[in-house]
Amino acid sequence: MNTTSDQRGLFGVSGSGDTSGYGGLVRTKVSPGSSERPYGGYFDDVADSLERAFPEFNEAIEKVVIDRDQLTLHIRPKKLVEVAKILRDELIFEMCLGATGVHYPSDTGRELHVVYQLLSITKNQRLNLEISVPAAAPHLPSLTGVWASTNWHEREAFDMFGIVFDDHPGLTRILMPDDWPGHPQLKDYPLGGVPVEYKGATVPPADERRAYR
Amino acid sequence: MSTTFDPYASSRETTEGTVYSVTGGDWDDLVTEIGATQEERVVLNMGPQHPSTHGVLRLILEIEGETVTEARCGVGYLHTGIEKNLEFRNWTQGVTFVTRMDYLSPFFNETAYCLAVEKLLGITDQIPERASVLRVMLMELNRISSHLVAIATGGLEVGALTAMIFGFREREIILDLFELISGLRMNHAYVRPGGVAQDLPEGAIATIIEAVKTLRHNLKDTEKLLIGNSIWLARTDGIGYLDIAGCTQLGITGPIMRATGLPLDVRKIQPYCGYETYDFDVVTATSCDAYGRFLIRMNEMEQSLRIVDQCVERLANNSGPVMIEDKKIGWPAQLALGADGLGNSLDHIKEIMGTSMEALIHHFKLVTEGFRVPAGQVYVAVESPRGELGAHVISDGGTKPYRVHFRDPSFNNLQATAAMCEGGQLADVIAAVASIDPVMGGVDR
Repeated sequence: MNTTSDQRGLFGVSGSGDTSGYGGLVRTKVSPGSSERPYGGYFDDVADSLERAFPEFNEAIEKVVIDRDQLTLHIRPKKLVEVAKILRDELIFEMCLGATGVHYPSDTGRELHVVYQLLSITKNQRLNLEISVPAAAPHLPSLTGVWASTNWHEREAFDMFGIVFDDHPGLTRILMPDDWPGHPQLKDYPLGGVPVEYKGATVPPADERRAYR
Repeated sequence: MSTTFDPYASSRETTEGTVYSVTGGDWDDLVTEIGATQEERVVLNMGPQHPSTHGVLRLILEIEGETVTEARCGVGYLHTGIEKNLEFRNWTQGVTFVTRMDYLSPFFNETAYCLAVEKLLGITDQIPERASVLRVMLMELNRISSHLVAIATGGLEVGALTAMIFGFREREIILDLFELISGLRMNHAYVRPGGVAQDLPEGAIATIIEAVKTLRHNLKDTEKLLIGNSIWLARTDGIGYLDIAGCTQLGITGPIMRATGLPLDVRKIQPYCGYETYDFDVVTATSCDAYGRFLIRMNEMEQSLRIVDQCVERLANNSGPVMIEDKKIGWPAQLALGADGLGNSLDHIKEIMGTSMEALIHHFKLVTEGFRVPAGQVYVAVESPRGELGAHVISDGGTKPYRVHFRDPSFNNLQATAAMCEGGQLADVIAAVASIDPVMGGVDR
């Protein structure tokens, strides 16, 4: 299991005393860690074929996570394109459906993650590729040369998280205006909003409200 | 260049050449003026405010005469930051946001999100049968209403006004059903993690049966109007060609992929909500063009009506809960549809305020705090009218989503614009984009 972050208190109070009695509560949040063989289902087949086709399996693949019946391969950025090509040509994952950027500020040295979702129509299988890069140097190779569909999805991840996909044919913002400062879906980017007066009371914007965590 | 100032088609000089702004007025004047420049290559900016671009889509077209040599899309004009907003609300509130993404297929957004949350919670098997049937029925009705808009607006954009009138007329029947069942015509927030918000109101089954009958009858009008119609064929046959290799590379799913002959449908390959127990066919065509996609949409509406029939039968014969048993997850509010719309049931308010302190505490805790979802990530896909709609939901174990990403089929499919339009005629761009059926609310989220 991986520890993602420690959390203090329960009510999201900051800047004032927490009189709830839960202020000293520390909860450790854990996310599923690396899985061990046998993985079950078709996941073993995927791993076997990948190992056969790719002798440097252990160098390229950091860990294999099986969680809730879904397979996620954590790939080192340097080997990403090689692994992707093998997955496409030899394991017949014909389609890359998209890419999700994620920001984990507490995951020091690997704050920014990208998750690609792959589908094999021929074998009716799915898997995810997860790649993590440091926020200080958020570079990883683009997969547009392997699956052209990743073009816009990578542009979105760049727009929203500032992740730079090297060799991308046209890495520009896609949803935000070209001159927009910052990358809106980073966790330290404020949601924005103004306080709203409602029946005499003032309701702060959603990201400044007291809320359970 | 311009001798007289035309307020509708003014021009100005830039380093790239003369720029004309066309906002109405006499088209002939502009054509004469451009004709005088001896310039063959024109870069045409179309939209984002344009009646034929299917929403706030901006097309940047490089044309030589009538031939499109390059086509690019500009999107983002409807970006609302829904994904970011989700990170600041609890898991149940998320439904209210995701339903607004692809606003023509709200039930698909809701179901994809809820299936993902349920998978994270590990309660997929505990969803009551009746809730799943309701989800399937609403999704299939929604597929029809969405396809109707696709055909209606597509028709409008190429000049077939009657197709538009027919499409919106039929869609109204379905929206009335949605209003009856969920209280709202759009943005329902009806599907919730754990089930659905409330059971069918009294008399709903009879109304649905009647509506399906009317739909079956009325859909024939569109069929008779467009199938085999030589004008419609002239505008759509062979237009927007994209074969299976192109679709696979570009990650295209839905009617565009099925128009290449490949029966790719998430409902069949990886069923959810019990789709494996329904009897229906995956419709395909082999023409790879806009007409094939139109035929697929027409036939899919028939298949959807078939599924709705089966749902109605199951709903009529089986009653049961529509929300999960687990009181730690099932929203406590008993909703009731009043004269002023959907709200808390007065009986429920009476119970928690007057008779049961525990029920009040429980209600308060669940509504203000919500439930916690174990950490992890899942990607769940459903077959929306436009293709694979995927919800990638990540939890850090808290009461709010850590990150939600929607893989919206419109967003992905718009990438095919260049492949479909380049080398074709300018007028065919409209037909090709209409056959992609992008919904900008889903594209920009």
